Amino acid sequence: MIKIKNLHANIEGKEILKGLDLEVNAGEVHAIMGPNGAGKSTLASILAGREEYEITAGSITFDGIDLLELSTEERAREGLFLAFQYPVEIPGVSNINFLRTALNEIREYKGQEPISAKDFMQMVRDKSALVELDSKLANRSVNEGFSGGEKKRNEIFQMAMLDPKLAILDETDSGLDIDALRIVANGVNKLKTPHNASIVITHYQRLLDYIVPDFVHVLYDGKIVKTGPKELALTLEEKGYDWIKESILS
Amino acid sequence: MANYTENELAKDLENQEYKFGFVTDIETEKVPSGLDEDIIRLISSKKNEPSWLLDYRLNAFETWKKMVEPEWAHVRYEKPKFQEITYYAAPKQTKKYESWEDVDPEMKETMTKLGISLEEQQRLTGVAVDFVMDSVSVATSFKEKLKELGIIFCSFSDAVQEHPDLVKKYMGTVVPTTDNFYAALNSAVFTDGSFCYIPKGVRCPMELSTYFRINAGGTGQFERTLVVADEGSYVSYLEGCTAPQRDENQLHAAVVELIALESAEIKYSTVQNWYPGDKEGKGGVFNFVTKRGICERNAKISWTQVETGSAVTWKYPSCILKGDHSVGEFYSVAVTNNYQQADTGTKMVHLGKNTKSTIISKGISAGKSQNSYRGLVQIHKNAQQARNFSQCDSLLMTDECGAHTFPYIECKNPTAKIEHEATTSKIGEDQLFYCMQRGISEEKAISLIVNGYCKEVLNQLPMEFAVEAQKLLAISLEGSVG
Amino acid sequence: MQEVNTIHENKLDKLRESLSKTSIAFNKNLLVELGDFLENSDLPTTKQESWKYTRLTKLSNTTFSGFNEKSTLLAVHEKAYKIVFENGKLRSKEAFEGLNTLTELSSTQLSEIHASHEVFDALNLCYAEDGVFIEISKTLDRPIEILHLSNGNKINNLRHFIRLKSNTEANITMIFCSEKESKNFSNCVTEFHVEQGAHLSVTKIQIESGQDIHLSKEKVIQHRDSNFTLNTVTLDGLFVRNEVEVAVEGVYAETNLNGVYVANQQQFVDNHTTIDHKVAHCLSNELYKGVLFDKATGVFNGKVFVRKDAQKINAFQSNANIIMSQDASVNAKPELEIYADDVKCSHGSTTGQLDEEAVFYLRSRGLSDKAARNLLVSAFVGQVLEKIENTEILDFVYGKLNERFGWEY
Repeated sequence: MIKIKNLHANIEGKEILKGLDLEVNAGEVHAIMGPNGAGKSTLASILAGREEYEITAGSITFDGIDLLELSTEERAREGLFLAFQYPVEIPGVSNINFLRTALNEIREYKGQEPISAKDFMQMVRDKSALVELDSKLANRSVNEGFSGGEKKRNEIFQMAMLDPKLAILDETDSGLDIDALRIVANGVNKLKTPHNASIVITHYQRLLDYIVPDFVHVLYDGKIVKTGPKELALTLEEKGYDWIKESILS
Repeated sequence: MANYTENELAKDLENQEYKFGFVTDIETEKVPSGLDEDIIRLISSKKNEPSWLLDYRLNAFETWKKMVEPEWAHVRYEKPKFQEITYYAAPKQTKKYESWEDVDPEMKETMTKLGISLEEQQRLTGVAVDFVMDSVSVATSFKEKLKELGIIFCSFSDAVQEHPDLVKKYMGTVVPTTDNFYAALNSAVFTDGSFCYIPKGVRCPMELSTYFRINAGGTGQFERTLVVADEGSYVSYLEGCTAPQRDENQLHAAVVELIALESAEIKYSTVQNWYPGDKEGKGGVFNFVTKRGICERNAKISWTQVETGSAVTWKYPSCILKGDHSVGEFYSVAVTNNYQQADTGTKMVHLGKNTKSTIISKGISAGKSQNSYRGLVQIHKNAQQARNFSQCDSLLMTDECGAHTFPYIECKNPTAKIEHEATTSKIGEDQLFYCMQRGISEEKAISLIVNGYCKEVLNQLPMEFAVEAQKLLAISLEGSVG
Repeated sequence: MQEVNTIHENKLDKLRESLSKTSIAFNKNLLVELGDFLENSDLPTTKQESWKYTRLTKLSNTTFSGFNEKSTLLAVHEKAYKIVFENGKLRSKEAFEGLNTLTELSSTQLSEIHASHEVFDALNLCYAEDGVFIEISKTLDRPIEILHLSNGNKINNLRHFIRLKSNTEANITMIFCSEKESKNFSNCVTEFHVEQGAHLSVTKIQIESGQDIHLSKEKVIQHRDSNFTLNTVTLDGLFVRNEVEVAVEGVYAETNLNGVYVANQQQFVDNHTTIDHKVAHCLSNELYKGVLFDKATGVFNGKVFVRKDAQKINAFQSNANIIMSQDASVNAKPELEIYADDVKCSHGSTTGQLDEEAVFYLRSRGLSDKAARNLLVSAFVGQVLEKIENTEILDFVYGKLNERFGWEY
């Protein structure tokens, strides 16, 4: 589904990604772990199309399309979804209005008719139940005054509504207590189908107790330095990232 | 607002040019251009006015001649040539319309284009409409129904003929002829406008609405609105404005006076969309308007305005909180794009005890425009426990526009409490990116964010106006990203 | 009667009559130019926007004649390099490298000094008696204190020029005081040039007599990476107006303007500040707080400009006032003029009274009503005073507040 080859990227002249390779197929869950500053969030930002990053080498294809040629919104319409580490507050814009606009823009892109108000509201009810999001939140302004957990649940709720091919969860576990973590993970798992895929970016192993990955990658100093089965996450938890550093150096 | 869908917005966005720029091909009767006593006498006699009103005009004209055009506003423009303006232009057919069927089809066409088909409005919304084209009020609907409640809602000219005592009693009591240059000019040459009187204890059951339209070339529009809400009454009043696209600058100098007697409430909403000039800043309406209301004891006046039009706006809807416990509110969204300039805000004058005022102003500057908030909060010595809260936010869309805040706060009472906050910032990059990551185009994301930003103000508008305002915001900001 | 006034009474001319032209070696052409300007000017009136709330009748109604010798010296600073001016003349100075007074310098050395076409700036230069000319090229071991004493009934035009060369630091205190019975008019102008990477902190303390008129202007130019702080503390004086104009001309500069004004009786205190952000990446903070008793009037006008292309500016301005009596009043005008889009600017202004809940709370803990109010008011201005880093100066200010208002710190 997505193929990243030899990706090099800079921000303000500083090289963050230094030849990253990654391939994710439909039906797979990939976890990307790594110490702070390894380039995890940079990868998420680049996939979503943040303009501050300069791609100096490499390629990304998304279902055969050159992703780097697409604007942020085109990537979204092609089915790429980023669950933000820090979801943005948009005062005065209701969650409902926001989602309906997004959904219809995506449908229009795909040549579909706008969704009817009735179907839309039904969908909101169904999907919000998935992440146990209070339906009242749907009428509030986007993320405004939401608690940390509500914001993250809202991200997964949006993901459910927009039904992406590839979801990138950027540190979705950060700032969540164990109950919220379970709810969020549960939502992600329910959304899993043989046709979609997810990349779970995380610092800690605990999220992976709930969202079980098919592959675990270790990102260190701008590169994937190690790939393994889900057990790799446990080893990392136990031995820490220093173990990786040492194994690279030696 | 909820029934306005994104599709409708998309359709509106396709038509991004000023869509009210058409000219109605209708025979117009004009007086010669220029201004002197004879012209004023001519206007007065055409309108068959009583002598006290002619005297009022002549008096105002004398005052005006001695005044100089104000220059303190943060706007630059070529001053109107007052002798080249035509001070009276009216659709030629001046006989009274007995019924809607009598109205000139061209005129009906104009109203339909403006989206205010009277038939529609009458049937669907129950809004009573007064339509003022150029200088003359051409149609007032629902008159009979209002009459039953004792409500008077008619053109200013009709009011002068039919209710001279009321007009004489209240006209000029809030905005005296000596108030300022444009108010004096208006007092001398005003041609028509709307008049509204709500009797004691009556709650007006429908929104009263006036549409103003400048049609003829080379004319100025000088209308007067006078709303009197007698003790314990309530009225919600809407005002909409459009003008054709013309290369010249047209002058609009209106006066609006609101009088809220004891325990009365007036809600006055404006969606101002006068022609703003083209992308190079050529043409457009000069909107120099004096709007002011006075509140007696326990009364409340609430001004809501959405200003997207005009080349130059100079406008400060104000409240004189004379009576104890009276309340004044000002909610404003002002959008400027291209070369538009707006200097707008309010004055809240607290005279009575326990008076309260709220000011919420949202300015959005795009293109090469300049957008200023100017406001005065004045607490007089006897205004015990007076309260004011002001919030003035400015949003900048490009690096070539300007956003300015000029609040004046004057307090002479130790028990008063005044809070003023202002912020100026760029549209949030993070917010834009977030919307775009969800598949929303940049243009639409801006429209969403801006509408959210203005929500506190838009929420104050009656439903159908809010929808129109929301569309206008999107259209005004088309292609505005820097 | 009035017509006669408008024809004959130029109030500025009347003021100038009692003054003698400067003997300082300023540029001759400049003196001629400013002289012509003054010849055709008069005192500003409230019709001018920047004097809207400031009436100069107290100034124009006073006749100035002379002064008395020898005032009492104030002991503020033990450690500082002290420069003392008395009635506009130098009384003593403790020498350090880079210190001169204007009367000692040649016209070449003074060539950088300019005045704008503003009445009091021009008047100050044309009739300047003296002032310091300080150039710091190496950070001093001690702070500097410039003491302005006056005693009598005289107009004092002092003009200072202070430059911090790159990467130096300085801490300067300017004190204005006068003898109890005096009725002076002090018109002081100071230019500050803060070069690249320099840090300058200035504290200005105004404790002139209740009949003195004080106008002062600080003109500041900041270069890149510089840091400038001005703390203005106005505790006394009949009529005080402080104008501060900061031109931020270099990137990554920081500007802090803090002010406290506590006024009673018939006092009038006006703070006019302008911060002009001409270039990108700068930060400015302004915090002014005032307490007005009796029939006192406070005016605050803060202007922040962000010029076109001066992106990434953060500018914050805050003004808070407490009105303590029925006859006191406040006029505030915080303004923002922004011509660049990538900025974060805000201002806030509040005017009100002490929180009665807080007063009640303190009384329930045993404080008297008066003590409770004093405590709250002193805490209110204390938040600004804390920004004075020099503890000796801070103690001096606390002492003065205690003396005048009985506040304890």
